Amino acid sequence: MRYLLTRVGLFVLTLWAAVTLNFVLPRLMPGSPLDAALARLAASGQQVTNAQVRAIEAQLGSPHGSLLSQYGQYLSDIVHLRFGTSFTDPTQSVASAIGRALPWTLVLVGVTTIIAFVLGTLLGAFAGWRRGRRSDAVITTTATFFGAFPPFWFGLLLLFGLAFRLQWFPISGGFSEGATPNLSWSFLGDAATHSVLPGLTLAITTLSGWVFGMRNTMINTLGEDYVVFAEANGLRERTVALGYAARNALLPNVTAFGLSLGAVVGGSVLVEGVFGYPGVGQLLFKAVTNHDFPLMQALFLVITVSMLVTIFIVDLLYTRLDPRVRAEGGDAS
Amino acid sequence: MSVLSAGSLAEPGATPGAGEHGPVVVREHPGVPGPLVFLGRAGATIWSNGKARVGVVILGFFVLMALLAPLVAPHDPAATDFTPYLGPSATNWFGTTGNGQDVFSQFLYGARVSLLVGLAAGFGATFVAVVLGLVSGYRPGVVDAVIGFVTNLALVLPGIPLMIILAAYIPSHSVWTIVLVVALTAWATGARVIRSQAATLRTRDFVRSAQFSGERLGRIVFREILPNMTSLVAASFFAASTAAVMAEASLEFLGLGNPATISWGTILYQAQQQNSLLTGQWLMIFAPGLAIALLAMSFTLINFGVDALSNPRLREKA
Repeated sequence: MRYLLTRVGLFVLTLWAAVTLNFVLPRLMPGSPLDAALARLAASGQQVTNAQVRAIEAQLGSPHGSLLSQYGQYLSDIVHLRFGTSFTDPTQSVASAIGRALPWTLVLVGVTTIIAFVLGTLLGAFAGWRRGRRSDAVITTTATFFGAFPPFWFGLLLLFGLAFRLQWFPISGGFSEGATPNLSWSFLGDAATHSVLPGLTLAITTLSGWVFGMRNTMINTLGEDYVVFAEANGLRERTVALGYAARNALLPNVTAFGLSLGAVVGGSVLVEGVFGYPGVGQLLFKAVTNHDFPLMQALFLVITVSMLVTIFIVDLLYTRLDPRVRAEGGDAS
Repeated sequence: MSVLSAGSLAEPGATPGAGEHGPVVVREHPGVPGPLVFLGRAGATIWSNGKARVGVVILGFFVLMALLAPLVAPHDPAATDFTPYLGPSATNWFGTTGNGQDVFSQFLYGARVSLLVGLAAGFGATFVAVVLGLVSGYRPGVVDAVIGFVTNLALVLPGIPLMIILAAYIPSHSVWTIVLVVALTAWATGARVIRSQAATLRTRDFVRSAQFSGERLGRIVFREILPNMTSLVAASFFAASTAAVMAEASLEFLGLGNPATISWGTILYQAQQQNSLLTGQWLMIFAPGLAIALLAMSFTLINFGVDALSNPRLREKA
């Protein structure tokens, strides 16, 4: 119970620090935030309208108040999900734009992470079991090669080969033009076809992290006495590999989940941009190219908070999986 | 992006070699190998690893390419002498950009920026990681708790979005902005590993005896503890460099770099701007991306050899 309380406390503290960082960052930059935002807008060649000035003011809080009152305003805005209006499209609120994009990314990132985790862990366990042999060399070399691909570049290659040349998949978007998002089977099927390429790109480029993590813990586990004992007992090779070694090697790999999630989320920003996939990543991609600072900041906040929450949940799951962590209350994050 | 964990950055508790076989104590005593011999042996261990050898060769190739670019490049990479949007031809092997520049010459010169950013940002991130990791590992209590919290925070913040926000807010767009942004965001993993190793070394006899003989703090930390984690520091460096090469390409592809810089990332940015995949200029995308992948891979491959330094179980049988 005490362990759980420490975890929750740390989570809240981290959340607060991330939210505050998002407040501090723009204010660290030289000049008043309002002037800076306006200068950047002007430099990007856009006409600065009065509506935009008001939008920026609304986003930054009252520029005349003290820093403390601005901070209070900022926190209350966040709690009420008031993120202001987007520079590029003043008619829509940042919150509604993000709300529409979020489910797409959650599904894409969620499904690819699970596929990459299962596939990568299996490959890593196999490579570790066969370490030093041919199959190990093939797996590690291939994983190193694909893991070094910049995800957006690999996405461009798949786009060119499978969508443009072979026309197996649609070139861009999350669903066919003219369709309205709903939960009918035909729409879901359409959306699934559109997400195959971005999903494949993310899964293949993030697979290597799981492979190496699992391979390393597997190699260390294989040196443990209980594995040697199981082998000496004459148990079948498969039983030793899966039931004794891989089972115990799996646990440390789960802790890597949070870090790998960062890689998938980071990769999805550019990959979604490349494929025109209507998720949070593409929104950030567009916000950057349009110098849309309110949108950018709100997106950073949403991405960070969702990652923190996911990592927190995995953390709690981990304590369920490993009783030792609960007993020690130790440093397992 | 996940290449940065070639497994090298697992917790030291999970790498038995560091713990079971005793520390490598480097001292100025006769009969004990000096720093040069030590480095030589480390180099030999890395070279004896087949994967690492491939990595060193690839890295060497790119270093040569960067150094010899002015001699090898057929054209001035910045000159706008050619017809824009040309496909590959005998004069312009990789085609031309929308401004009429020779892509192949840009490709050769691009190795300079990628190497510079990779090594400089890798060095910066490793420096931060070593200082924070050593201090918090050696000084338990409040200092350790604060640094530990900041490290964990930096670890869970999404790297690429954070870099994008930072780069978007910093007014000047130069190669050094990118180096700074990457160095500020890529140190956490290394700091954590170095911290736990420093914490276990702190209680070892040789550190205790140095403390009791009244050695200064700086000497204990940098002369007694640091040499025992050379491989961890090297692993952090190569992992951070890998991340830096990828991050530079991503930021420039997004248009957050300086478009006047000639680098692989900016070639990709231009290619994307002019839709070159659809106009048949696929080499303009394929070549720089492959170069980025190979450079990042060479760092990861070298790290396999570095892993073997600290964990004899990972060494390849001769």
